[in-house]
Amino acid sequence: MSISRRDFLKIAGISSLGIGFSATDLLWKNAEAVEYMTSPKGLKAKRWAMVVDVRKFKTEGDYKRVIDICNRIHNVPDFGNTKDEVKWIWTDTFEHVFPFQQNKYLPETVQEKPFVLLCNHCDNPPCVRVCPTQATFKMKDGIVAQDYHRCIGCRFCMAACPFGARSFNWRDPRPFIKHVNPDFPTRTKGVVEKCNFCVERLEKGLRPACVEVSNGGLIFGDLADPGSEVRKILSTHYSLRRKAELGTRPSVFYIIGGDEDA
Amino acid sequence: MLEKALTGSRRYWGWIFFLLAVIGVGFMFYLRQFAYGLGITGMSRDVSWGLYIGQFTFLVGVAASAVMLVVPYYLHDFKKFGKILILGEFLAVASVVMCIFFIMVDMGQPMRVMNIVLHPTPNSIMFWDAIVLNGYLLLNIVIGWTTLGADRKEVPPPTWVKPLIYLSIPWAISIHTVTAFLYAGLPGRPFWLSAIMAARFLASAFAAGPAFLIILALLVRKLTKFDPGKEPIQALGKIVTYAMITSVFFLILEVFTAFYSQIPGHMLSFEYLYAGLDGFGKMVPIMWISTVLAVVAIILLIIPGTRKNESILAFACAAVFVSLWIDKGFGLIVGGFVPNPFERVTEYWPTLPETIIAIGVWAIGFLVITVLYKVAISVREEQIESESNTH
Repeated sequence: MSISRRDFLKIAGISSLGIGFSATDLLWKNAEAVEYMTSPKGLKAKRWAMVVDVRKFKTEGDYKRVIDICNRIHNVPDFGNTKDEVKWIWTDTFEHVFPFQQNKYLPETVQEKPFVLLCNHCDNPPCVRVCPTQATFKMKDGIVAQDYHRCIGCRFCMAACPFGARSFNWRDPRPFIKHVNPDFPTRTKGVVEKCNFCVERLEKGLRPACVEVSNGGLIFGDLADPGSEVRKILSTHYSLRRKAELGTRPSVFYIIGGDEDA
Repeated sequence: MLEKALTGSRRYWGWIFFLLAVIGVGFMFYLRQFAYGLGITGMSRDVSWGLYIGQFTFLVGVAASAVMLVVPYYLHDFKKFGKILILGEFLAVASVVMCIFFIMVDMGQPMRVMNIVLHPTPNSIMFWDAIVLNGYLLLNIVIGWTTLGADRKEVPPPTWVKPLIYLSIPWAISIHTVTAFLYAGLPGRPFWLSAIMAARFLASAFAAGPAFLIILALLVRKLTKFDPGKEPIQALGKIVTYAMITSVFFLILEVFTAFYSQIPGHMLSFEYLYAGLDGFGKMVPIMWISTVLAVVAIILLIIPGTRKNESILAFACAAVFVSLWIDKGFGLIVGGFVPNPFERVTEYWPTLPETIIAIGVWAIGFLVITVLYKVAISVREEQIESESNTH
């Protein structure tokens, strides 16, 4: 097949227009949130947020349920060692989750209790700021998303994240996924990944999977809507955010409560 | 001029083939890394940058240090640097080449490197680092090649080079400043979150780079007919002295702020590096080796008698180089990641394949230096011959 001179010029013209557009894109829209076509069924919000009601997590099973469902639907591999580890949602104790708020006189229940950890979907995310290819970006609804196909694996975002929320595929993850969920992409070696607030479920009108199985331990909603469930619980309970002093404005809140609330 | 790199003694070719062999072995291990993934290295979720990025950071400094010859020669009319200027510029070229390779081998998806160009992102410091590094490489190749070519023909360099030379001065500062900004602007890494980071980077660069150049200059004298001269080497020695003292001074400033303030986040990395933390102390011995070498080097450099003795100077320069290599090419990176954001300690140590790949990249750098120096020195040797013929 040969291309006529006329066709060639047409293609060249359109391509140069494209280059022109991407240049303006670069100048004006760069650090801004990204908008895209949404499904009419989808759940919508101005600022998605999550509240972790630590009091509701009582048994080992309460943690296992939320972690297992996430790993299963998102094809999170299990390498069985910490060096290669990929984590989306996991747990740690108070002194590690809130390192500089530790005091040894806290109730024992607080000190020993595991806390659910995940990406904070910061309102001012340093990972987005440092990414050289916009492979990680903030969406209009506040979700910090990750494009596995654009990521070059420089791991600048991992150095930038103050919450240790990001994992790198140090090797091919596919052989380490027990049951592949065909509805969600598996990843390749050499890219970074993390919790995506179940953006793929929100689009179908479903809440995040961990929220659904948490028996009220994880509350999800729109921070910009004063009537939302998250706003209601935050206005009546004292809550903490991890390392709020760093100014990243995390969108995951922790309601801890003492023994009397439990 | 490049043809001068194609003729040489047996020793020259032996060295070239040795380097090619080392590069070949490194490349074979790189292929293994390429197939398996970066899991072949000692890096982990917690220490996600290691030897590669450390080497990159250190070598950006060595590259920037060419400015320590350019400034005295062009701005202060210090003519004695005239003959060795080219050695500094070509060292910068080789260093930037190594930097680029170290970035490439550290990338999880190297085939996608052009994404940085396809999706340029000015809010990422890495975008600016790519620009300044490539620009600096180009500047030094053009400046070095043109001035050497003019030298060879015994004519003054073309006038259009002058502005490029002046431009290369702030540009050299920029490459290391931007590299420091990769670290100094991250909210969750208190060890790096320091306004003095860029200044410290520059100080250590202006010590390590000229120190290496002194060693190279002494080797050139030993191996070729071209003598870089006693005085320029001594002048460089003074630069190393001042810069090394400044570098150590800046480190002490960091230690003071961390420990007098008693803010745990700022102290913990230092504790891990120099004393060990929670029973983990892999870095402790080499950090103290770095410290001892720094102190010994500074003493030898300050005392005029020892500095003026070229063998002692060479030893002091090697000490400076190794000390700063440990401090910046290794400790600085690992220290930033330990403890992790959960205040837990995960240790890092390079694996054998990782080390061999890093050595392979160094061999590429040495190959570039060797070829470029061969050209430069052949031109100098020609000049010496023509001078002796006319007299």
